[in-house]
Amino acid sequence: MALLQVEDLAVSFVTRNGINTAVDGVSFTVETGRITAIIGESGSGKSVACYSLLGLVPRPPGRIDGGRALFEGRDLLQMKETALRRIRGRDIAMIFQDPMTCLNPYMSIGRQLMEPLRYHHRVSRQAARARALELLAEVGIRDPAATIDNFPHQFSGGMRQRVMIAMALINEPRLLIADEPTTALDVTIQAQILKLIAELQRRRNIGVIFISHDLAVVADIADTIVVMQRGRVVERGEGEEIFQCARHPYTKKLLAAIPSGSKAPRTEPAEPLIRVRNLCTWFAPGRGAAPVKAVDDVSFDIQRGEVLGLVGESGSGKSTIGRSILRLVPVTSGKIDFDGIDLTALRGRELKRMRRRMQMIFQDPFASLNPRMTVYDTLAEPLLLHGIHSRKHVAQGVLRLMDDVGLARAFVRKYPHEFSGGQRQRIAIGRALATRPEFIVADEPVSALDVTIQAQILELLQALGREYGLTMLFVSHDLAVVRHLADRILVLYRGEVVERGSGDELFERPQQAYTRQLLQSIPGATRGF
Amino acid sequence: MSTETLAEIARAERGTSLWADAWLRLRRNKLALIGFAVLSLFVVIALLTPWIAPYSYQAQNLELGASPPSAQHWLGTDIFGRDLLTQILYGGRISLAVGFVATAVALLIGVTWGAIAGYAGGRVDAVMMRLVDILYALPFMIFIVLLTVVFGRNLLLLFLAIGAVEWLTMARIMRGQIQSLRQQEFVEAAISLGLSPATLIRRHLVPNALGPIIVYTTLTIPSVMLLEAFLSFLGLGVQPPQTSWGLLISYGAETMEEYPWLLVFPGLALTLTLFCLNFLGDGLRDALDVRGARD
Repeated sequence: MALLQVEDLAVSFVTRNGINTAVDGVSFTVETGRITAIIGESGSGKSVACYSLLGLVPRPPGRIDGGRALFEGRDLLQMKETALRRIRGRDIAMIFQDPMTCLNPYMSIGRQLMEPLRYHHRVSRQAARARALELLAEVGIRDPAATIDNFPHQFSGGMRQRVMIAMALINEPRLLIADEPTTALDVTIQAQILKLIAELQRRRNIGVIFISHDLAVVADIADTIVVMQRGRVVERGEGEEIFQCARHPYTKKLLAAIPSGSKAPRTEPAEPLIRVRNLCTWFAPGRGAAPVKAVDDVSFDIQRGEVLGLVGESGSGKSTIGRSILRLVPVTSGKIDFDGIDLTALRGRELKRMRRRMQMIFQDPFASLNPRMTVYDTLAEPLLLHGIHSRKHVAQGVLRLMDDVGLARAFVRKYPHEFSGGQRQRIAIGRALATRPEFIVADEPVSALDVTIQAQILELLQALGREYGLTMLFVSHDLAVVRHLADRILVLYRGEVVERGSGDELFERPQQAYTRQLLQSIPGATRGF
Repeated sequence: MSTETLAEIARAERGTSLWADAWLRLRRNKLALIGFAVLSLFVVIALLTPWIAPYSYQAQNLELGASPPSAQHWLGTDIFGRDLLTQILYGGRISLAVGFVATAVALLIGVTWGAIAGYAGGRVDAVMMRLVDILYALPFMIFIVLLTVVFGRNLLLLFLAIGAVEWLTMARIMRGQIQSLRQQEFVEAAISLGLSPATLIRRHLVPNALGPIIVYTTLTIPSVMLLEAFLSFLGLGVQPPQTSWGLLISYGAETMEEYPWLLVFPGLALTLTLFCLNFLGDGLRDALDVRGARD
């Protein structure tokens, strides 16, 4: 008998605008000792399907319209809340996407770990603590005895996710639901966490549901893959099958969206547009404390029309370099020349004039747009500020920008929250291009987006780059994306450049151990994507 | 080159500000509209009081004394035989003026101060906020008494004095809001566009901090009205025969057992105003939150 058997599950949300079917007749099974991956983009119903099993979909507005979910023979959907509560966290545990928001910042991780154990099994404090220490060691926390009384902020993102996994496992669940557990993490950390989950699953012989939007991530670990689109299962198969012979067009699209290949290297060496020399950007964490050397003695050039990729894990200083060039953070020392003008010396009016020539596209399109400004206001602001259009003609400029980035003109009066992530990123790109800049810093512009949307946005960036003749600094932790787009790549580690070269050079002949480690962490690397 | 139809341009330009959109949304909120209408009516009545009041506010009728509501005196009379309706009308002039003017003063100073401190951060923030702390610590009564001693008793001064005290909390709320908004990427995006700090604060930061500010404002207006009553009671605010709602209520409270109407009617006037303010405040907050249902 399967550990979990979901049949014809249907969930809908009753909203002001009518009934919204989120999950429409979904069936899948999870076997003990196997990993079932559910793949789909946001809004495909993959999370709702799993959350509804545990009664975690708020009702109302949520509504379960039908189906069965047999967990060890008992139907979860028919259970009362009190019965479900005994199953949640004990027999079925969950790992969430963001380990920072899911841990209570005011409780030490030890206390948070002990809580589910004491709640479900009423064990003594000492026994719970011993068990917590054991588990922390099992999920790879170094020196658990010393760190168990630390608070979540004292751990890195990857370590927090390990703590979350330990918390999920502490009651020895038989089914683990992992909802995008690695999306918020760096590639290298992601690889470690994936390995950990696969290992734990084998060692403990439990069933795992792994929810993700990224086919490449699950490629190495999933036994069964279920592909969902708009609330329905469109394809399912054993791991290998899907990759070899995907049948459904949507699955093919997901596979094709995994970035691959590299750009042909450019040849013409000319006067660089940007020349960075011995750049240092240090932050003082507090009075008297040693400064954090976010960027330490970095030098590079960017040629006109070139896309320079900047890779490294978070904390490597890659974003800080982009922000330093744009003068968004104060530079400690060094020189940044833009077309022969020293940016670090500019003040006031001169700086404002230069800002027109260089712009930034941010990672999170939900945070980088002012929530109280419509598309019109957002796009009109730079046009008016830099006198590109007069107040009388600005509407035309706004509509043309919307055409350029592929947004329907009818949306002009809408606010950011009314758009999807991809559309928002288009607005943000439109804003950056409004001043007709020569240079763009793209700071992880697609890492907050679904894979299929990622491919669209990357395509748009490439097309606009050609059309506008842009020079670009493309910052990303995702080597595959960078290789696809960049002419040359710099690898950063702890604020310093450790390796540089064309995409092919780096991928085929990495010189540094760190670069090799990064390359091996790319999900699906072994499959040769 | 693409072309835009006139209709598309017109649609793009329609209602180009947050405020125009907010007004559209506010118009759909019945309760807020009623609140707004009643408050407007109160203000109009207050402005017209000298012409519509049934009696002079100084007219006493000691023989009549305190009398319950009757055909001549709709809301009754106080112990000196003065018409209560007239008193409430004249009192409303003072109370509404204090409430709105003092709050406007507090809003103006507090929002500006807090926004600048929160945006600048560092040393500027430290100095500005320590000043706020010092003013907090200063006993309010001594401050008012000093002002009265130096400048003499003066209604305008009273407004300013109250406003000058109430802005402190406003500044703190605003600073906190701005500090957290300051971290957001859209602020960085605005800086990289080349916006000046003043424009950035005005266009990007303040509109996003309005929610809590509006709620606090609707709470400040009534507390200011009560503060005025307290000051007047101590002899520092308005003096008889001039009056205010707060003063009427505090006198009414003293004689509550014998002449309950002296407490009930001024109390009703104040309560009604507060209700309307809260409805309007809630409505405004929702209207300014673009995430609220629009269609």
